Amino acid sequence: MSKMHLKLKVNNRDVETLTEPRTLLIHVLREQLGLTGPHIGCDTSHCGACTVDMNGRSVKSCTVLAAQADGATLLTIEGMASPDGTLHALQESFRTHHGLQCGFCTPGMITRAYRLLQENPNPTEAEIRFGISGNLCRCTGYQNIVKAIRAAADTLASVKEAAE
Amino acid sequence: MIPASFEYHRPRSVQEALALLATHGDGARVVAGGHSLVPMMKLRMARPDHLVDLQELAELRQIRSETGYLVIGAMTTQHELIGSELLAAKCPILRETSLLIADPQVRYCGTLGGNVANGDPGNDMPAVMMVLAASYRIAGAGGERQVAARDFYRGTFATALQEGEILTEIRIPVLAAGHGYAYEKQKRKVGDYATAAAAVVLSRTGGKCTAASVALTNVADTPLFAADAGAALVGTALDAKAIAQAVRLAQKIARPSPDGRGPADFRTHVAGVMVRRAIERAAGRAA
Ligand SMILES: Cc1cc2nc3c(=O)[nH]c(=O)nc-3n(C[C@H](O)[C@H](O)[C@H](O)COP(=O)(O)OP(=O)(O)OC[C@H]3O[C@@H](n4cnc5c(N)ncnc54)[C@H](O)[C@@H]3O)c2cc1C
Ligand code: FES
Ligand code: FES
Repeated sequence: MSKMHLKLKVNNRDVETLTEPRTLLIHVLREQLGLTGPHIGCDTSHCGACTVDMNGRSVKSCTVLAAQADGATLLTIEGMASPDGTLHALQESFRTHHGLQCGFCTPGMITRAYRLLQENPNPTEAEIRFGISGNLCRCTGYQNIVKAIRAAADTLASVKEAAE
Repeated sequence: MIPASFEYHRPRSVQEALALLATHGDGARVVAGGHSLVPMMKLRMARPDHLVDLQELAELRQIRSETGYLVIGAMTTQHELIGSELLAAKCPILRETSLLIADPQVRYCGTLGGNVANGDPGNDMPAVMMVLAASYRIAGAGGERQVAARDFYRGTFATALQEGEILTEIRIPVLAAGHGYAYEKQKRKVGDYATAAAAVVLSRTGGKCTAASVALTNVADTPLFAADAGAALVGTALDAKAIAQAVRLAQKIARPSPDGRGPADFRTHVAGVMVRRAIERAAGRAA
C-alpha cells in the first residue's frame, strides 16, 4: 500500500516523514521521530500512557491513525521544558511532590495535566481527578499526582500574576 | 496491533465525501472521531479498503437552534456537547450523558454522529436520542432522508444507514420548559460501557405527570425504547407505585446477554435500578 508524506508540527518543529496511513501516531512518534516519551501501556485506548496534545486536545496516540494526524500540531513530553532546559512547572511539581514512582505513566499524565490546566487554570481536587480519569497509574495511588497538579496550578498562577 | 492497509481520503465537503463513498462501494467506510472504528480496525474486526475521514467538514460541526428544533452536526464531539451553553440551557441531558462516556481523551475525539451511527448497543447516546424523539438526517447519492432514532436500530452494528450514506445531523424537537431529565448509568470503572443504563425525560403539571419517555442502554442487541414504561407514568403523581410499575415494564423488554459485567439476570436487575433512579431524579428536576 502506498506511503504518504506525513506533515506534522511537533514540539514547535515542522517535520515530514514517509509512512503508511495505517501507522498509529504513537509509532510515528516513537519509531520514526525518536520521541520515546509517550509510552505504549495497553494499546487498547484505556491507560493514557500514550497521551499527547494534538491541536489543543489531549489524545491517546495509540488510537489515532497517522493519516488522521496529517497537518496536526503536537506537543509531547519532550516539548514541555523550555529550550534552555528549565522544566515546565508541572514537571518540577511532579518531582517535588513525588508525583511518580516508576515513571511509566508520567509523560501521559503531564501532557494531559497540561491541557487540563489550559482549560481550567484553577481546578478543585475533584476536577483534577475527573480530568485525569483517562490516565492510569499503577504505582502512586494518584494522591501525589493530584497534589502535584494542584501545586503546578498555583505556580503557574503566581508566574502569571507576576507577569501582569 | 496495526490495522490492515487502506487508502485514505479527506474530503472537503459532504458532496465530495458522498462521491468517494459511491465510487468505492462497500469497501469504503467513513471515519469521524475514530474512537470506535480505529480500535475495531486494530483488532481487524473492521478492514475498510478506503477510509473517508470527515474531520474537515466544518459544516457538520455546529450546534444551532431552529424553529422547533435543536440541530447538532454529526461531527460535534462529546467534549463540545459538554461545553455548549445552548445545550446546557435547552437540553441538559446531553451534557449529563456525555460526562458518563469514556474519559476526557476519548470525549475530545468521539463525535455525536459516530456514537449514534455506530450501532454498538453499548453506546450511550442512542437511548438518549430515543427519549428526546430525535431524528437523524442522512445524506446519500440519491438525496436526503430522515429517520427517527426510535426506528434506526436493527441489531448489533446494524442500523437503517445504507451503504454510501452519511449521517449529517441530529434533530431534537425543542423540549418542554421545565422538563425533568436524567441519564443513569451503572459502570464498573471510568471508560467502561454500561452494565445497564436508563434515560428518562418527563414533564409534570400540578403534581401529575403529563408526558414521560424511558429508554435503555446495553441490555439488548439494540438500544430499547421502553414505550410501556413511559406510558405507565403518565397521569400518575410519580409515586412509588407508579415507578415500580414502570420499572417492571422496562425490565420486561430487557434481553441482556451475560458478559464480564454480569449474568443476564443481574443486568436486568441493574436496568430496573437505573430506571427507578432516573425517574426519581427526573421527577425531582421537573418544575
Ligand atoms: C476507552 C473507550 C471507552 C469508551 N466508552 C464509551 C462509553 O462509555 N459510552 C459510549 O457511548 N461510547 C464509548 N466509547 C466510544 C466513543 O464514544 C466513540 O467515540 C463513539 O462511539 C464513536 O464516535 P466516533 O466519532 O469516534 O466514531 P468513529 O469511530 O469514527 O465511527 C464509528 C462508526 O460509525 C460510523 N460513522 C461515524 N460517523 C458517521 C457519520 N457521520 N455518518 C455515517 N456513519 C458514521 C463509522 O463508519 C463507524 O462505523 C468509548 C471508546 C473508547 C476508546
Ligand atoms: S497505550 Fe494508548 S491508551 Fe494505553
Ligand atoms: S508512576 Fe508507575 S505507573 Fe504511574
